[in-house]
Order: sequence, then structure tokens, then C-alpha cells
Amino acid sequence: MPRATLAARLAIVAAIALAVALPIVMPSWATLITLILAKGIVVLGIIILLQAGQVSFGHAMFFGVGAYAVAFWGKYVGTGDLLLFLVVAPAAATLLGLLVGLFVVRYREIFFGMLNLAFSMVLWSLLEKMFHYTNGADGIRVARPTLAGLAFTPETFQYVLVYLTLGLVLIVAYGVQRYLDSPSGHMLRAIKSNETRLEYLGVSARRVLLVGYVISAFLGGLGGALVAVAQQIATPEFAYWTKSGEFVFIAILGGVANAAGAFAGSAVFEFVRFFAAAKLANAWQLILGVVLIAIIMFAPGGLIGLFRRDATETRR
Amino acid sequence: MSRALISARNLSIRFGGVVAADGVDLDVFEGENLAIIGPNGAGKTTFLNITTGYLRPQAGTVSYLGKDITALPPREITRLGIARAFQIPQLFLDQTVLENMLIAAAAQSGRISLVRPLHESPGRGEMEALLDLVGVRAYADRKAFELPEGQRKLVDIALALALKPKVLLMDEPTSGVASSEKLGVMDILTRALATQKVSSVFVEHDMDMVERYAHRVAVWSSGRIQIVGPPAEVLADADVRARVIGI
Amino acid sequence: MDSTLAILAILDGVSYAALVFLVSVGLSLVFGVLRIVNVAHGSLYAYGAYVAATLSLVVAPISPWLTFPALLVAAVIVGVVVGGLMERFLLRPVYGREDVLQLLITFAVFMIMDNLQRLIWGVQPIFAAEPVKLLPNVSVFGVNYTAYQVILLPLVAAATLIGLRYFLRYTLAGAVILAVTEDREAATAIGVDARKVFLVTFMIGAGLAALGGALASPTTSLAPGMGADMIVLSFAVAATAGLGQIEGAAVTALMIGLSRAFIIYIQPEFEVLVPYLLMVIVLLVRPMGLFGVNRVRKI
Repeated sequence: MPRATLAARLAIVAAIALAVALPIVMPSWATLITLILAKGIVVLGIIILLQAGQVSFGHAMFFGVGAYAVAFWGKYVGTGDLLLFLVVAPAAATLLGLLVGLFVVRYREIFFGMLNLAFSMVLWSLLEKMFHYTNGADGIRVARPTLAGLAFTPETFQYVLVYLTLGLVLIVAYGVQRYLDSPSGHMLRAIKSNETRLEYLGVSARRVLLVGYVISAFLGGLGGALVAVAQQIATPEFAYWTKSGEFVFIAILGGVANAAGAFAGSAVFEFVRFFAAAKLANAWQLILGVVLIAIIMFAPGGLIGLFRRDATETRR
Repeated sequence: MSRALISARNLSIRFGGVVAADGVDLDVFEGENLAIIGPNGAGKTTFLNITTGYLRPQAGTVSYLGKDITALPPREITRLGIARAFQIPQLFLDQTVLENMLIAAAAQSGRISLVRPLHESPGRGEMEALLDLVGVRAYADRKAFELPEGQRKLVDIALALALKPKVLLMDEPTSGVASSEKLGVMDILTRALATQKVSSVFVEHDMDMVERYAHRVAVWSSGRIQIVGPPAEVLADADVRARVIGI
Repeated sequence: MDSTLAILAILDGVSYAALVFLVSVGLSLVFGVLRIVNVAHGSLYAYGAYVAATLSLVVAPISPWLTFPALLVAAVIVGVVVGGLMERFLLRPVYGREDVLQLLITFAVFMIMDNLQRLIWGVQPIFAAEPVKLLPNVSVFGVNYTAYQVILLPLVAAATLIGLRYFLRYTLAGAVILAVTEDREAATAIGVDARKVFLVTFMIGAGLAALGGALASPTTSLAPGMGADMIVLSFAVAATAGLGQIEGAAVTALMIGLSRAFIIYIQPEFEVLVPYLLMVIVLLVRPMGLFGVNRVRKI
């Protein structure tokens, strides 16, 4: 991974400053920014898997599990604390990631994608049809949690949430970038370019992929919990295949070369949705679809690739 | 005679109608360079594939230091000390040559960090020295896909050496290397193998190479070992000269 | 479960399987040749349904019997026009690019088509049941059912299966498509125009999805989301059968159709779960699907 250029560093600092300032300048955007950041966390997980050349069209299952962990806590245990949610939800997703991962890391490419899709659709059907426990398609409302025992008004809480999420993003993005630069992260890329050689170095490619898969599940759960709290609801749609597709979409939109792409993609995606849904007669999907096609055709490095000199198309 | 590291017994495998191995017995002894020669399609590469666990023989066994390794996958056989270089170099093409080597070093150490940057790996100096040894240090920061075929071949061998193996299996190590450089490369390679006490097996078509660098030669033809012995003896055999070397 | 319910479940299952087969065999065919999983395949199904319903409503006042050819015309229009444009202008530029990008292009098309569908036909359910009403009810072992669903749909599915088999095995165009499926490089090396093969195959695949939708349109109300549901279902069938397997898709569609139909009568809340659970189990045991074959990489 090439060292970040000065321009790239400045861009990251500017983006962080913007995320800090925007909720204050535009209070009505606070929740929008929380959603951008939270979904960016999920997309980091997609980017990890894409390093190994694997596309999960079922990753929303971890997003859904994170959200429902929070929702179920509210429904069956009582009002929760945000800090608790941020432990329980990722833990649930990580556990599921380990279980599902043990199966799916044996497969590659289309088979990997299909099996992930199948698992996620099983979860979706359960959420949709186990009406008695899940309220079916209506979903479960998520009450505003406390933070470290402190209760907040709705107005204050949206600031608490957005800055907490921003803090988490900084930690998580740094961690993921470290991971991608580590031997383990490089081995993930080696799975994509030559798994045979990796095995002939004495490395279990499955184990390398499992580590990445579990980390990405963790990130999915964390993002899901944050979105459920921000939107105050968890619905089966969180685990539906179109949501998985959306995460992969955001990853490609932003660029998969490093962690910054996840948030760049997420920001564009959510802003287009936010404004197009309000102003352009509900044509946001259409606009995003066209944007995606344009990115794939003309800027294969994604949005962040536009700012990178070495993002010219590699090999073939 | 030194002890046998790898012992193949009664190996048999066929692909459809093609018999690649038919009751093959072959030992690789400690400290030797064993060359395998024979016509194309005779099953030489298949032998490497079976020995390293990529293919499972239909009959017979392979053992390493007395331990049966026939059913083990490549990664476990590699960890026991049998490394392989390929006829078509197998590199991580999207990463730099140095990164390729550092991945191998991390694999060899057995401790694969999740947080320490690859470029700060402790084995870095050693890996650069290895690249120096095979003569591709200059390419260290180039992506592997940018390298010409011959250089890739050398990196492929360096990757295998990075694992500090007991035995190195090579499939036509100098094919693709410019003919003017072949001798130099093999000189360096065999010297490195000797100093690091690595035994080797190499599949080869170039009889000059065999004559110069092999301690023993096995002639593989129609799925059988026709003859095994010192190069001078084997290459002088009239039958071998007619059928394999084509003189 | 008494015998009447069992017969009802079988009839439900068979008519449902016929539709699902049409859609999934199109998906499978496209994957077999282009190596692309077309995420927008479900949208083609939905467009087939909407175009058929629109045409039906136009021609029904002239003569209700015209609605039958209208279904076929809708499928051809969607297959040739939408499928053709999509292959030519969106897929062709990305052949040879990374798999994920090819997949995402089709996802983008899915989003666009889904949105356009709402803009064109609105979100209110549309009914166009004319063809079903025209055909009589039939009695099967004492159970009354529409002939449209238990006779026409299975007949069309069977004809498609036989037709595809014949086309692929006994016609030159079919042989060329099969050759590309088996070994694309070898086929192009001997002079097959892969571009033409891809275009034609994609139009056929898209047409099959649209035909499924067109035939489904009289039996159900058309609403947003029908495409998104159908793509995963047909995908489950195609993957369970083994991608690229035509006869396998027929068997699997029947299997999934029947088990779904029976579950509806026994434990309705598990209806949607069945195909995906089946898919998980099959793929865990046989990743290449029930009828797929494995290939080994040479080193």
C-alpha cells in the first residue's frame, strides 16, 4: 500500500473537520451524518473482503444482527445503555460471523457470494416471518438509550450520537488500515492474486480469510447498532439482499484501495439519497444507479481513486 | 550414503488414458541435487504435484523423514520443510517483489501479525539479502506483474528459499531465464543451496544444467523411472540418449 | 393434511415451479455464457409483467383473446429491447473487468429499472387477470383449479425446456453457445464471434425472465418489489441446481415449488424460508450445486 501523500492526509483532516463542524452548522444533518459514518463502518468490512477478491452479497446479515441485537434488548430486557449496545451488538455479529465464516471461507468468488446471500436470506425470512418475536415487516422500535447512565433529550442525543460515532469511526478506520497494511492484510490480497502460492508458503488461506470475515462481521454489527439507534428502528429490510448490494455499491463508489473510500462513498450515497428523495420526485435510486455506472466505466478506482495518482488501472 | 528425506513408493496415477506414474519408487537424499529428466508429458511435474500434496496418487505413498505425507495438503507439507518453485512462477502479482518476500517471511515465522505493518517485519533485511542472492534486488519495489518472465522465475525461487526449507522442489528453474544468464543463476542457486544445506529436486530439459549441477539423475518416461544414477553414467546410456535427449 | 389439500399443494407447486423455472433458466443461461450474475434479472421479470399487463389492458377491449399474444409480445419486447440495450451498452464495456464490477453494473441497472418502474407504473398494485378468466377451470381429482395455471404454465415451461435443449444440442447457433459455455477462450480462438453470442444469449435470458413475468401477470397483482423478490428466488433455484444447468433448474424449480407449496399448508410462516434454507444446505454439501460439475485448476 503506497504511503499517503500530503494531499491525501490533508483531505482526510478536512473530512474529519467537516464531520465535526457540520452537525453544529446544520443541526438537521446530524442524523444524516451519523448514518453516513455508521454505514461507512459497515462498508469497511466489505472493503476487507474485497481485498481478497470476495464479494459478499449477504453482508447485510451482520448489519441486521447488530440492529436487532439492540432492538431485542429494548423489547425483552428494557431500556439499554449505548455503551452496552456497542458491545453486545458487535459481539452478536462477530459470533455469527465466526459460525457462518467457518462455512463460507471454504468457497470463493460466485460460490462465496451465493452462500453469503443464502445465509442472509435465511435470516431475513426469519426476521420477516417470526412475527411473534420480531413484529415482522414493521420491525421493532428502538427507544433512545442512555449513555453511561446519562439520559439525554432528543436534541442533545443526536449530537452525542454523531460525535460518538465519529470517534468510533476514527478508531475503527485506523484499526482497519493497520490491519490492511499488516502481513495478515497483505495475505488477504494474496488470496486474490494467487491463493495457490499462499498455500505453498504454508499459510492456510481459509484461516486468513476467516480472520478478515470475522472482522468484517464485527464492523457490520457495530454499524447496524448505530444505525438502529440513529433511526430508532430495526426492520427486516436491514438484512435484505438489496441492503447487502447497497454496501457493495458504496464500497465500489468510494474505492476499495483503503479505508477512506468507505466514508467517501457513504457520504455521496447518503447525500444523493437525502436530497434526491426530497427534491427529485423520488428518483434517488435512478440517480445513484447512473452515478455507479459512470464510476465503474470511467473511474475504476472509485471516488478516492480520482485523487490518487497511482490509481491507474492495474493489470489487464 | 546419507539418509532419505523424501521417499516415494509405488506411486501410481493416471489421467484418463494417460499414465503419469505407474509404480514409481524414488528417494531424495539429504544434501543432494536430484535432476528429473524425460520427455514432455511423462509425469515429471505430476511427481512434484504429488510430493507436495496438490494431487493425491491413486496408489502408493510419499513419506518425509519416515512420516507418511501422502494425504496432507500443500500448506502442511510446506511447513514440514518441503518448498516448491514452479514452472510458471506463482507470485502475488499485485504486490511488490519485496512485499511478496515479506509475506513469505511472515508465513515462515508462523506469527502473522494483524497490526504491525508488513514493511516493518523483522525479516526484512534477510529477505532483501535473498533478493540480492538471486539477483533481483533492483526490482524490490516494483509490482510483481511488471517483471519480465525470467525475473519472476527468480523471485519465485527466492520465495521458496525464504521458507528455509529442507528440500526445494523446482520445476525447470531456468526456463524463461535468458540463456546467457542461466549458468550464473544456477551457480548462485546451487551454492546457496549448499551453504544453507538445502537438498533439491529439479525437473530439467537442459542437459548441460543436469550435467553440471545434478548429483543424481532420474529418467522419467511413460510414467516409470527408467534409470537413476550419476549424470555421467545416465547421460551416457545409449537408450536414454536416443529416447530422452534425442541424439 | 387431507388428500384434497395435498392435491391443491401439488397444483400450486407445479404452477409456481413453472414460472420460477422460466426465470431461473434465463439467469442460469446468461451466467453459463457470460459468467455474469445478472442482478437486474428480477427487474426484467417485473418489466415483462408490467408490459404484459399494459398491453393486455390495451388489447382486451378489441378482443380478450388478444391478451394471449400480448403476453408473448411483451416478453419479446423486453428481452430484445431492454436486454439488448443492457448487454450492448452496459455489459459489453465491462467484460474482462473484475467480477465485482460486472456484478455491480447489473446492480446499478436493477436500481435504475426499479426506480423507473415506480415512475412509469406507480406503486399501486395493478391487476390484469383477463387470460386466466378466459380459460376454464379444470377439475383434478376433485380439486378445481384454473387451466391457465395447471395446464398452460406447465406446458409453456416444458416447451421451453424442450425447446432450449433442442436449440442448444441440434442447431448451429445453440452449438456455438454451448462451445462458448464450455471454453470461452478455445471458442473465440476458432473464430466464434463471442460478442454476438453474448448479445443473443443475453436477449434470450432476458426474454425468459420477461416471459416468466408476463405469464405471471394475470395470476397476481403487480407491485414494486416483485422483481427484487424474484431475483433472489430464481437465484436460489439456479444456484441450488448448479449455475448453467438447464435440466437441473427444472428439477430444482419443481422441488422448491412443491416444498414451498406444502409448507404453506403446514407451517405458512416458513414459506419464504424454504428456498433459502434448501440453498444453504445444498451449497454446503455440494458448492457446485446438485447438478453442477467441479473443475480443477492447473498449475
